[in-house]
Amino acid sequence: MKDIYILAYAQNPIVADAKAANEVELIMPVVHQVFEQTGFTQNDIGFTCSGSCDYLQGAAFAFVEGLSAIQTNPPIKESHVEMDAAWALYESILKIRMGDAETALIYGFGKSSPGDLPFVSTLQTDPYYMSPLWPDKISLAALQAQLLMNKGVLTKKDMFKALTQSISNAKNNPNALVTAVPSEDDYLSADYLSSPLSAFDCAPISDGASAMIIGTEEAVAKLGQPKIKISGVHHSIESSNFGARDLSTSESIIGLGKKISLKSVKLDFAELHTQFTYEIPFIRGLLDLGNLDINLSGGPLAGNVMMAAGLDSIGKSYELLKNSDFHNGLAHASSGPCLQQNMLVHLEKIND
Amino acid sequence: MTEEKKDFFVSDISLSYQYTAGNATTRFLNKVAEGKLVAQKCPKCSAVYVPPRGSCPRCGIATEEELELPDTGAVESFTIVHIPIPGNPIVPPYVSAMIRLDGADISFLHLIQEIDLAEIRIGMRVQAVWKDKSEWGTTLENIKWFKPTGEDDVDPLVFKFKE
Repeated sequence: MKDIYILAYAQNPIVADAKAANEVELIMPVVHQVFEQTGFTQNDIGFTCSGSCDYLQGAAFAFVEGLSAIQTNPPIKESHVEMDAAWALYESILKIRMGDAETALIYGFGKSSPGDLPFVSTLQTDPYYMSPLWPDKISLAALQAQLLMNKGVLTKKDMFKALTQSISNAKNNPNALVTAVPSEDDYLSADYLSSPLSAFDCAPISDGASAMIIGTEEAVAKLGQPKIKISGVHHSIESSNFGARDLSTSESIIGLGKKISLKSVKLDFAELHTQFTYEIPFIRGLLDLGNLDINLSGGPLAGNVMMAAGLDSIGKSYELLKNSDFHNGLAHASSGPCLQQNMLVHLEKIND
Repeated sequence: MTEEKKDFFVSDISLSYQYTAGNATTRFLNKVAEGKLVAQKCPKCSAVYVPPRGSCPRCGIATEEELELPDTGAVESFTIVHIPIPGNPIVPPYVSAMIRLDGADISFLHLIQEIDLAEIRIGMRVQAVWKDKSEWGTTLENIKWFKPTGEDDVDPLVFKFKE
């Protein structure tokens, strides 16, 4: 099976409201940046795949419009996932492993500011039994957070610690949206949006886009840059029926940790796709990460572009490995309410 | 009092959005409000887009250069609508047509009126009929419809996209 490497990654500055700019105008700059980083053009790309959610734009087949940001003449091999672009990366990896491409361009984009995001997200739940009840994204997360607190898995203090660490780390990411660290008093006295979560516990509404290029060993060898290899990647999903899940744990995340053989790797850091503060201590425990540095880029709590933030975890891990002495990074992406679906990616710097 | 049992309930599904047209289309619409049709040109393949969406979808790059086009053009394609559409104030039969403005490389959908329906054809020359200036806004509805100019038809081959 072919080894696959990350060749380039770019992220737009994350903003709370991109105003008049549309998705195409958000995508074009990051796609051009990954081409600049590699010296590639669209003609060097074997497969193009994007991740987005039409409900964010409120228009059917809105993702097709996103393609206007990409050179499509001569015609290209292209696909789309109605998910975070981390899963567009996954599809691209399969495409390369099948021998159908040597390189792939992946992009994810989301403009959440035009709609009411917590309820827009509801439409991604099961349409027969769940979404007609209109459970919003924050309330569903609060359900899991409260359960974990009741079971003694984590405390409000743990959540505050996760928040302050993330936001302090956001200084490492020039594209971060939130950089002001709140005081413990402000945090503990904030009104609940949905008990036990206040606005501090939730990732900010964000607009933006990100892009990545991956390729085979032959492709990375030409670039003369540190080789960052995708050494392991797995994903798994749990039931869309909340009643059928034990929300106090995550079979999906625990199972992925085993599949990716984390025990045999000395990790230097982890970038987790955590959209709520409680998810950081929760996943730290599930994967037994001990005192490992988590979200050195600030993570989604410092800026959370829907449908790109999972790809960002992987992209930020790539940047960290490329620009530091670190050798092994773990990236996580998630989809669906209460961490229903998860992906773990082990990235490794290969020394020649 | 016995509790009424229900086998079902009605759940409304509706969300409201603050739609944004995009920076490039916003510039176009602001000019439309002044009665001008301002296209955008691809710096690489020179294709001219009206209405502009901010990018050349063939080349994947921004179309920054702007140029004003006349409000004349030709019918690239059309259909005669005989069936009333609920909520649509236009009384059938009427012509919906793809209009290619002079100097543009793409067409857009608009109405053709002041015409004998039997006369409509591909290549027919048309010109915009504008609403009264007092009614103009940031919308292509500033143009009520297009009407035939009576000039000679254009060769349909001009509609072939530039390579």
